[in-house]
Amino acid sequence: MAETSAATVAMHGEPDTGKRDFLQLVTVAGAAIAVGAIAWPLLDYMNPSKDVLALSSVEQDLTPIAEGSGITVMWRGKPIFVRHRTPTEIKEAQDTPLSQLIEPQPDSERVKAGHAQWIVLIGICTHLGCIPLGNKPTDPRGDYGGWFCPCHGSQYDTSGRVRHGPAPLNLFVPPYAFSSDTKIKIG
Amino acid sequence: MIGLHKSTMKNPVIRWIDSRMPIFSMMQNEYGAFPTPRNFNYFWNFGALAMVMLMIMIITGVLLAMNYTPRADLAFDSVQRIMRDVNYGWMIRYIHQNGGSMFFIVVYIHIFRGLYYGSYKYPRELLWMTGVILLLVMMATAFMGYVLPWGQMSYWGATVITNLFSAIPLVGQSIVTWLWGGFSVDNPTLQRFFSLHYLLPFIIVGVVFLHVVALHITGSNNPLGIEPKGPQDTIPFHPYYTIKDSFGLCVFLTLYAAIVFFAPNYLGDPNNFIPANPLQTPADIVPEWYFLPFYAILRSVPDKLGGVVLMFGSILVLFVIPWLDTSPVRSARFRPLYRPFIFVLVASVIVLGMVGAHHPEGIWVILGRVGTAYYFLHFLVIMPLFGVIERPLPLPESISRPVLRPPGAGGGPLPGGATAKPMDKA
Amino acid sequence: MRRAVISAALAALLAAGVATAARAQDETPKLPRERWSFSGPFGALDLAAAQRGFQVYNDVCAACHSMNLLHYRDLSGIGLTEEQIKAVAASKTYDIIGDDGQPTTRPGTPADVFKAPYPNEKAAAASFGGSYPPDQSVLVNAREGGPDYIYAILTGYTDPPPGFKLAEGLYYNEYFPGHQIHMPQPLHDDQVTYADGTKATVDQMSHDLTTFLYWTANPEEVQRKQIGWRMVLFFGMMAGLTYAWKRQMWSGLH
Repeated sequence: MAETSAATVAMHGEPDTGKRDFLQLVTVAGAAIAVGAIAWPLLDYMNPSKDVLALSSVEQDLTPIAEGSGITVMWRGKPIFVRHRTPTEIKEAQDTPLSQLIEPQPDSERVKAGHAQWIVLIGICTHLGCIPLGNKPTDPRGDYGGWFCPCHGSQYDTSGRVRHGPAPLNLFVPPYAFSSDTKIKIG
Repeated sequence: MIGLHKSTMKNPVIRWIDSRMPIFSMMQNEYGAFPTPRNFNYFWNFGALAMVMLMIMIITGVLLAMNYTPRADLAFDSVQRIMRDVNYGWMIRYIHQNGGSMFFIVVYIHIFRGLYYGSYKYPRELLWMTGVILLLVMMATAFMGYVLPWGQMSYWGATVITNLFSAIPLVGQSIVTWLWGGFSVDNPTLQRFFSLHYLLPFIIVGVVFLHVVALHITGSNNPLGIEPKGPQDTIPFHPYYTIKDSFGLCVFLTLYAAIVFFAPNYLGDPNNFIPANPLQTPADIVPEWYFLPFYAILRSVPDKLGGVVLMFGSILVLFVIPWLDTSPVRSARFRPLYRPFIFVLVASVIVLGMVGAHHPEGIWVILGRVGTAYYFLHFLVIMPLFGVIERPLPLPESISRPVLRPPGAGGGPLPGGATAKPMDKA
Repeated sequence: MRRAVISAALAALLAAGVATAARAQDETPKLPRERWSFSGPFGALDLAAAQRGFQVYNDVCAACHSMNLLHYRDLSGIGLTEEQIKAVAASKTYDIIGDDGQPTTRPGTPADVFKAPYPNEKAAAASFGGSYPPDQSVLVNAREGGPDYIYAILTGYTDPPPGFKLAEGLYYNEYFPGHQIHMPQPLHDDQVTYADGTKATVDQMSHDLTTFLYWTANPEEVQRKQIGWRMVLFFGMMAGLTYAWKRQMWSGLH
C-alpha cells in the first residue's frame, strides 16, 4: 500500500506501453468527437428557424402598381421599393453619362433584361439608414426624379443611383427574379 | 513582491494570471492533488453527476428561453414552435424536460448515500444542511418549470400547490393572492414563475459552491465511515476519481440518452399536451414523479393545514438529522440493527410515491398513512433511539488496513467477522 | 457497485412504476394493440400511410377539427412535394385586412398555418352542443394510450349494450371513457377515395389517419430515433473505453 507514492501517481501512472497509449488516445479522441457533435446542435439552434426561413422570400404581384408610382413591401425586415417607371424615367436613367455618377453603374445592371420599367431597390439610404421618400407621385423626389432622403438631403435618380450626397453609394438592389411578367419573387 | 501568490505553475502566461488570481493553483489543490479516501464506491459518483446535470440544465434552459414566450396565451404554442420550427429545438427541449427527472434521480441517490453512510454526522453537518437547502431550491425550480409549458397539468398543479398556502391561519389567503398576483393562477403567475425559474438555478450554483467549500474543509466521508489517518488512506482526486467519474458519467449519459431519444414523454403526463383550461379540471391532478412521495404525505392527513405542515415537515426534518441520529458510528455497514431500517425507509418512500399517483381511496389511503407514519417514525424515533440501544460492529483500524486482527493475535476480544472491503474492486 | 446498481434500479423503479401508476384507471376495456410503423426503438414512418392519413384528415376531419400547430410547409415531412404543398395551401382561403382596411380574402401559401374550420374555440363548441372538437396537432400525445387509443376510438363505434342509457346527442363508443362520446362515427367504408388506390375501409382509414396524427404530434420522431442510436452506442462505447482506462489507472494501487 505504501508504495503508492505521490511521485508515481503524478506521472499519470506507470511507464507507457503501446496499448495504454492507444486506449488513452481513443478515449480522448472520443471525448473530443462528443464535444464537437454536441456543439453543432447547440449552435444550429440559434440559426434562423424554419418559420423565419419560410418568410425569407416574398412574392409580389405587380399589376396593382400604376405607371409612375411605386410601393413599399417588407422583405426580411427591410423596406423594398418597387417602382413602375414611365418611359421618360427609363430614358433618363439609361442616358445618364457614367462620369456624372457618384458611384458609376449603368441602369442596365440594375434592372432585369426586358423589364426595364420595373426598378426594385432596398429602400434604405446608404448614408445612415433612413428610408427615402419618393414612391408616391406626390412625394418629394429630389432633383433627379427618383428618391429624396429627408434626414440629410441625399438624392437618388430614377435608377436609384445616388446623385447628391451625403450618401456614398447607390441604393442596393436585392436578389429577385420574375416568376412571370406580372410577378416577382424577392429573395 | 507585494501580496502576489507564489505560483508553481510552469507555463509563463498561466503563471502570470495565477500569481494575480490563483485560480489555477486553486483548481490544482482542490481538484488535482486533493487527498480523497481511496475506498470510494460508485455511490460517490453522484455528486459529480449532479454538477454535470446542473450545467446541462442551465445550458439547455438558457437556449430554450431564447424562444419561449412567458405569456398565458402564447406559452403553449411557443413551446410547440421550439419543438417543430427551431433547429434541434425538440432535442434541447427533451434534454431539459427529462433532465429534470435525471437531476432528481441523481440527487435522490446522492441523498441515500448520505443517509446510509452517515455523511451528515459530525463534522459534516453544514455540508448536509447546504445539501437540504439545495434540495429545496431544486424542488421550487422544478415546480415552477413545470408550469411554464402552460398545459392542463401545469395549470392545475400550480393551482393545487399554491392553494395550499391558504391553510396558513389568518394570512393564508393574502399570501396566496400575493403569490398569484391575482385571484387565480393566471398570466401574472406564469410571468413571475418564468423569472424565478431562470433565477433560482444560479442561486443553486452559489449554494453548490458553499456545499463544495464545506466538503473541502472536512474532506469526504467514505464507505467505512472512519476518517483517513494519513496519506496511506488517500489518493489524489486527479487522475483516479476524474477517470472514475468519467466512466460513471458515460454510463449515466447512456441511460439519459436512451430516455431522451426513445421515450421522451414516458415520465410525463399526457394531460400536459392539452392547453391549460381554467374551466375544466383533469380527472387526476398528479405532479411529476419526483414529487409524488411528498404529495402522498400531503394527502395522508384529512386536515388541510395538517397535510401542509406534514409535507413541509417531511423536508424540514432532514435539516436536523445530524442531531437526531445519536449513533457513535457513521456508516450503516457497521450498524446491524439500524441498517435494515434504511431499506424500509427507501421502500416506504417508493410506496408513498405510488400512493401519490393514485386517487386517495381504498387501500391507497391506508398505505399513504402507514408510509407517512413510518417516514416520520424513522427520523424522529428510530434514529435517536437506535443510536443508543444498538451495539455496532467493530470498526476497522483504518481505510488502508481494514482487516481486523484475528482473535487471539494480541489484541482485544474482537470477533473475526465483519471485514470491510478495502477499496472498490469494480 | 452492486448496491449502487440496486439503488439506481430502485430509483428508476420509483420513477417508472409511479409514472405508469399515474395513469387514470377506469372501467373501459383494454385498448387493442395495433402494429405501427413508428413503434419501438427502430421505428420509422410509413410515408404512404401518413399521406393517406392526411387525405382523410383533409377530406373528413378538417370540417370540424383544427390543426393549429402545423403549417402547410411541414407536409414535406410526410413526403409531399413543393408543388403538392402549394396546391393544398392554395385550396384554402384566409381572411385578411386589405390595403384599403377592409376585410378580404387571399389564397393560402405554404407558410400559412392549417386553415381552421371555425374562427375560434367558442364558435366550434357552439356548433356541437357545447363540446369543442379538440385541436388535433398533439392529440395523439394528449391521450393515455396514444395512437392505440385514437385507433380504438375511430373503430370503436358499436350499438350500445342492452339496458345502456345513452344520453341525447351522444354516441356509444367502446373505448371512450364513460362510453358516451360527442363525436358521431366519423369514418365509414369508402368515404374517401385514396389517391394511391388503396381500399378505404374504416380499419384502413383509421390506421392511416392515426399514423398521420402520430406524425403531426411527433414530427421529429424518425430523426430522433436515428440520433438516439448513435448517442446510445457512442456513450456505451465511451463507457467501455473509460472503464478500461479506469481499471488500468487503478491497477497500480494494490
